[in-house]
Amino acid sequence: MSNQPEKTAKKKSMPRAAMPEQAPEVRRRNFEEVPLGYTKEMAIQEASRCLQCKKPACVEGCPVSVDIPGFIKLIKEGDFTGSIRNLWTKNALPAVCGRVCPQEIQCEGQCILAKKGEPVAIGNLERFAADYERAHGTGVLPPKSEPTGKKVAVVGSGPSSLTVAGDLIVKGHAVTVLEAFHKPGGVLVYGIPEFRLPKEIVAQEINFLERLGAEVQCNAVVGRTVSIDELFEDGYDAVYLGVGAGLPRFLNVPGENLIGILSANEYLTRANLMKAYLFPKVDTPIPHGKNVVVLGAGNVAMDSARTAMRLGAESVKIVYRRSREEMPARTAEIHHAEEEGIEMFLLTAPTRFTGNDKGRLTGMECLQMELGEPDDSGRRRPVPKEGSEFHMDCDLAIIAVGSGANPLLTQSTPDLKLNQWGYIMADLETGKTSKKGVWAGGDIVTGAATVILAMGAGRKAADSMHDYLTWGW
Amino acid sequence: MFKIVKREEMSEGTVVLNEIEAPLIARKAKPGQFVIIKATEDGERIPLTMAETDPEKGTITIIYMVVGKSTALFKTLQVGDCYQDVIGPLGKPTHLEKVGTVVCVGGGTGVAVLHPITRALKEVGNRVICIIGARSKDLLILEDKMRDASHELHVCTDDGSYGHHGFVTDVLKEVLAKEEIKLAVAIGPVPMMKFVSLITKEKEVKTIVSLNPIMVDGTGMCGGCRVSIGGKNKFACVDGPEFDGHQVDYDELMQRLQAYCEDEKACHDGFCKIRS
Repeated sequence: MSNQPEKTAKKKSMPRAAMPEQAPEVRRRNFEEVPLGYTKEMAIQEASRCLQCKKPACVEGCPVSVDIPGFIKLIKEGDFTGSIRNLWTKNALPAVCGRVCPQEIQCEGQCILAKKGEPVAIGNLERFAADYERAHGTGVLPPKSEPTGKKVAVVGSGPSSLTVAGDLIVKGHAVTVLEAFHKPGGVLVYGIPEFRLPKEIVAQEINFLERLGAEVQCNAVVGRTVSIDELFEDGYDAVYLGVGAGLPRFLNVPGENLIGILSANEYLTRANLMKAYLFPKVDTPIPHGKNVVVLGAGNVAMDSARTAMRLGAESVKIVYRRSREEMPARTAEIHHAEEEGIEMFLLTAPTRFTGNDKGRLTGMECLQMELGEPDDSGRRRPVPKEGSEFHMDCDLAIIAVGSGANPLLTQSTPDLKLNQWGYIMADLETGKTSKKGVWAGGDIVTGAATVILAMGAGRKAADSMHDYLTWGW
Repeated sequence: MFKIVKREEMSEGTVVLNEIEAPLIARKAKPGQFVIIKATEDGERIPLTMAETDPEKGTITIIYMVVGKSTALFKTLQVGDCYQDVIGPLGKPTHLEKVGTVVCVGGGTGVAVLHPITRALKEVGNRVICIIGARSKDLLILEDKMRDASHELHVCTDDGSYGHHGFVTDVLKEVLAKEEIKLAVAIGPVPMMKFVSLITKEKEVKTIVSLNPIMVDGTGMCGGCRVSIGGKNKFACVDGPEFDGHQVDYDELMQRLQAYCEDEKACHDGFCKIRS
């Protein structure tokens, strides 16, 4: 009756269309995007590998439930416009998600083909559909509901906020996005480097929301320029807080205030938002190290290391106190970094930074570690090896050991309940906070996580906000 | 866009005053708070403490010294021109309280920042003695305004061209010997704040200083503005900019302010060459 097994076997044997990339020896010294994108032919070929499962596991793996078989089928049929329109119904930022989502642990991790071979390249296809629309699209916008007369303020303009804005604007609400920086996009513009996510693409995704009718106000520091209560006085009916977890953590070891030691937040903000890699063509400088160390091993650490390499460093080392297995970065990011010549110093922890008489960094005292019993995080705790002290020369150190809750907004809103770490307490299903009319989501609720998880939280909050605006609290 | 509605040059053109339309900031700003200003698309974000705010008119006033490329670029802006971005008010406002007799010490463009704080301290009922200084008479700013804002004003110049010949710290010692001072506020170059704090510490007079370290976002996100206060790291942008003067590690702050001096010089020289 069905030829499904035979079809599956054939698709399994079809290799996954490889993503063309800039060669490592070239890209390690430029800021252009590393993966170059599929051609039409590659996209159609890859789309034809999809089994079009009746009960697609991939969709369950997606925090915003993109209709994955649906948009892929349209690509296979050559209907690229149909494909992006399908994506937009679930995801306001497909060009971003296609690039930075950890597909390997989400949609692609669930793909049936992954069991015996390589999964469908869902991320690459999502990126293709969005890029094709940007280059050749009609510019036709998705339909919008009639205006409801309700006003919503969205605080922050990172992925969760943009999702809320996109969802509520098509439901007919008037949406204003308030961003503290001079440019919207949040972590997408200040955090993720140009070579992973071109800023032009973020600008276009935001422009898409503006064309839908969202108003974006920059230079608006909610908590300082205006308070949440003042937003309600100004006539907003509901407020979403998606301000991120922007408080840099430091190591708290001696010498950390020497010149040449920066938080990854500062280093990446200078490079990405301020475009300091173009200095002196632009006015913001950035330190150029010869021997660079990056402390930490998450995606932000990889981004920092790869940025340092592009700024001309002779050597860049990732220094991490646990082993390769515990590195929180995506495998693909670690692979890209190593291809570009970035060295991994694992099971190594700094104990002290050393400097010269001008207060500039010259090196780092380190200890070698070994893994002991599991700690609270479930990962094996690194413990120092006795007598393993050694010195490492460096003239630039980037601290990428995570971030905490920025208290700027929450301090000025005393009736907003926080947990013991200062994150906003919000219902995980609805995003509702302890303050009437206020929702929160993304890193300011969960602590630093991924773009797509923040978008998932935004989606749930937007649904709940729409209910409130329609029916009440 | 943020339009300049008034512009004045002071201190032989090395210091410039701009009154800027920024109604949302003017409505909220309090003495001691700062803004971040960026002139152009590719410009740098520069933190500047406000010298004046006018909530009715919807304007704020900044007074800056021309020291590098960014401030040289600011200086080219005339009345009617705009800053692309003005962000604020940032930082914690000055804690204002009636304590008795207060001494306010200002040097260089720090006097501009000191002025609204002095006036506010007087308004809450303190007796305010002011000491302001500059290298020479022509470089002195806001003398009349400071006289109006205080009960007693002392002026010092390093070269003796006007007022007391010497440093503000000399006069401060005299004032401390004569009067029972409850609070000192010192705003100016880092070495000045350091020496004022050393003197007031001997007399155990509580001292507030306003710090202006290198900063990018001004909202607690980058940590570039970290300063050591009593051995602990604080962010000047959100924990400050005002701190207990007796707890500040001034030497570390002075070194950290030099982080980009070579880059800044090259950038400034390039800008001057293009313009000449």
